[in-house]
Amino acid sequence: MRTLDKRTKVTRRGFLKTAGAGTAGIIAVVNGGIVMGAGGAWAMEVKHLRPGSMATLVQMARDIYPHDHLADKYYAQAMIGYDASAGDDADLKAMLEAGVDFVDATASARHGGGYLSVAWEEDRVAILKSMEDSPFFQKIRGGLVTGLYNQPEVWAKFGYEGASAEQGGYISRGFDDIDWLEA
Amino acid sequence: MAQSFDMNDDSVVVVIGSGAGGGTLGTQLALKGIRTVILEAGGRHEIDDFENDEWGMFGKISWLDARTTSGDWRVAKDFPGLPAWIVKAVGGSTVHWAGASLRFQEHEFKAQSTYGNVAGANLLDWPITLQEMAPYYAQAEDRMGVTRTNGIDGLPGNNNFKVMKAGADKLGYKDCHTGRMAINSADRDGRGACQQIGFCFQGCKTGAKWSTLYAEIPKGEETGKLEVRPNAQVLQIEHDASGKVTGVIYADAEGKQHRQKARAVAVAGNSIESPRLLLNSASSMFPDGLANSSGQVGRNYMRHMTGSVYATFDRPVHMYRGTTMAGIITDESINDPSRGFVGGYEMETLSLGLPFMAAFLNPGGWGRSFTSAMDMYDHMAGMWLVGEDMPQESNRITLHASMKDQHGLPIPDVHFDDHPNDIAMRNHAYQQGAAVYDAVGAVRTFPTPPYPSTHNLGTNRMSEKARDGVVNKWGQTHDIANLFVSDGSQFTTGASENPTLTIVALALRQADYIAEQMGKNAI
Ligand SMILES: Cc1cc2nc3c(=O)[nH]c(=O)nc-3n(C[C@H](O)[C@H](O)[C@H](O)COP(=O)(O)OP(=O)(O)OC[C@H]3O[C@@H](n4cnc5c(N)ncnc54)[C@H](O)[C@@H]3O)c2cc1C
Ligand code: SF4
Repeated sequence: MRTLDKRTKVTRRGFLKTAGAGTAGIIAVVNGGIVMGAGGAWAMEVKHLRPGSMATLVQMARDIYPHDHLADKYYAQAMIGYDASAGDDADLKAMLEAGVDFVDATASARHGGGYLSVAWEEDRVAILKSMEDSPFFQKIRGGLVTGLYNQPEVWAKFGYEGASAEQGGYISRGFDDIDWLEA
Repeated sequence: MAQSFDMNDDSVVVVIGSGAGGGTLGTQLALKGIRTVILEAGGRHEIDDFENDEWGMFGKISWLDARTTSGDWRVAKDFPGLPAWIVKAVGGSTVHWAGASLRFQEHEFKAQSTYGNVAGANLLDWPITLQEMAPYYAQAEDRMGVTRTNGIDGLPGNNNFKVMKAGADKLGYKDCHTGRMAINSADRDGRGACQQIGFCFQGCKTGAKWSTLYAEIPKGEETGKLEVRPNAQVLQIEHDASGKVTGVIYADAEGKQHRQKARAVAVAGNSIESPRLLLNSASSMFPDGLANSSGQVGRNYMRHMTGSVYATFDRPVHMYRGTTMAGIITDESINDPSRGFVGGYEMETLSLGLPFMAAFLNPGGWGRSFTSAMDMYDHMAGMWLVGEDMPQESNRITLHASMKDQHGLPIPDVHFDDHPNDIAMRNHAYQQGAAVYDAVGAVRTFPTPPYPSTHNLGTNRMSEKARDGVVNKWGQTHDIANLFVSDGSQFTTGASENPTLTIVALALRQADYIAEQMGKNAI
């Protein structure tokens, strides 16, 4: 069977600066409006939301749809648009900031620190679970369905090949190449 | 070549909608020499405009005008503003359809006699039989180039089909093959053979799949008798003091309104817009809407019992390669009440690309239960379950009390409650679907809830008696002789098969009838 190479290829894309493939890790706010991934793997400039809020949103995104083979930069890419939207839409901005405050407050009450400081995924997920019917959570989750999974850059990592007409379809590229079924 | 008719020409037949029903009817009338104008709400996107991009094509040609939902069906919770997936473009939903083309079975035309009285169901026999339909089914199959009919070979099976077939064999199912598909397995009718591109739901880039957009309408236009006017959304059907329809009011792309006169009008806007248009055309003479003396316009909305089963395996499948609907098991498409429900269902392979899978596998789902399934996307096989649902009077399209569309008309609300028979059938189908995959070593199986409705049926149903339905056996409204319904909203009951072959066969049959009635000056 023809299968796909799922290894990460280093690419640069739009606003998000990537310094390397990166791995899942700590998301931090460095000076001013810069949010950065572990080891400087990626960085983005945040203009309208509090940079700390963006860092929390990126971590939330990973906790909602955790894929261990996806680096944080794809989650950052999925969330970056909220910064510009918050600049245009005061109601959205207020909702996002209040949502992050709520997440942080819940984390503090349970674990004595903000959401980003909660080290175990299951503890962070429990916080999200407690608020999953809120419009804030539903907005973030709903947006991720396209924001994350409709990024062509992630498709190969799931073994999905995207557009095929340009390559003549799959008639000669493995539409029927399954080789493990018993006769 | 392509014609253009005058707005005041009251000798033309106006067809509303250019999909399976309208596109076929309009073309067939033109081929019979009848001057016809198809008014289509959407734009004209030829094959060059198609993209192998799920959300891109969805955004480009879907019907996205506001709609609301109500009732206990899961779609109302998961997709409250999107009850149905219908195309708004020349070609209608035949641009996005998968191509499965099955005849109904004899007993399915006689649902009430066969199933008896099912509590809560508004069952009725069709006023036509399989025998009467047979010649039109044959004509439709030839026209659409349906595989396994007319000596046309079946399509080759892709990976997704091979998994299903292996499971079906192990389970002892007898009738599993690559389907009767309106997709060319070899060059035919000026269109090429399927290249196994795998984006059938996004518009077929090779034209191998039948669509009224390129397989019918151009033939009608060539006669010089057919005009297709895109970006023409009909808002109201008008009538005179005698109760005959005289024409329609439509809005163009800029929202400017026009009146197109007509000798006869055929409504084929699919089963949400067709009843909505009749209701929105209420007048002092017809205060409950046109053709609604029975009160059945908008009622008996059916959407088929649906659901999907996806399964993950320890080894790769790559189900997205090749035809989207690549095979079928028909063994469960029988009426065997010992299973705990009446009517039957089909099991048909289905694959979604990664972007759609994320949205539809388990709408609202999140966390590792969800993502670990997505992680196995390339190890996944899938099937769609589609069966007969029970018509219920209270499942209906109504006009929203306060919300209006861009033209100032009330938007439709789509109300649907599952009937206990639908639920029993779905549970059985989930169980059998999972069993097919378990038989070949599935690691996990997923009972995926219904998608927004792709099969919308029954809201202007056909009946022998005027009091039971909206149209007679020709799709002619019981109340108004020169007003017809030409889409799936005519269906008396839904049967277990995908509806389009029957819609096309009914349209071809209706064209004969309209020509005959016009010849006799009866309309
Ligand atoms: C993804 C998908 C897969 C499918 N697969 C299959 C399959 O494999 N087999 C099968 O049998 N069926 C399938 N179907 C269903 C099939 O497409 C429909 O049953 C069929 O196209 C319905 O025909 P119709 O004429 O009723 O409506 P449509 O084909 O939807 O056409 C209606 C047209 O009317 C237009 N219209 C509506 N209101 C107005 C108005 N007021 N003024 C002007 N124009 C208007 C619409 O824009 C549209 O173009 C599928 C559908 C989808 C979405
Ligand atoms: S798989 Fe075949 S029918 Fe489907 S889009 Fe490709 S060429 Fe067309």
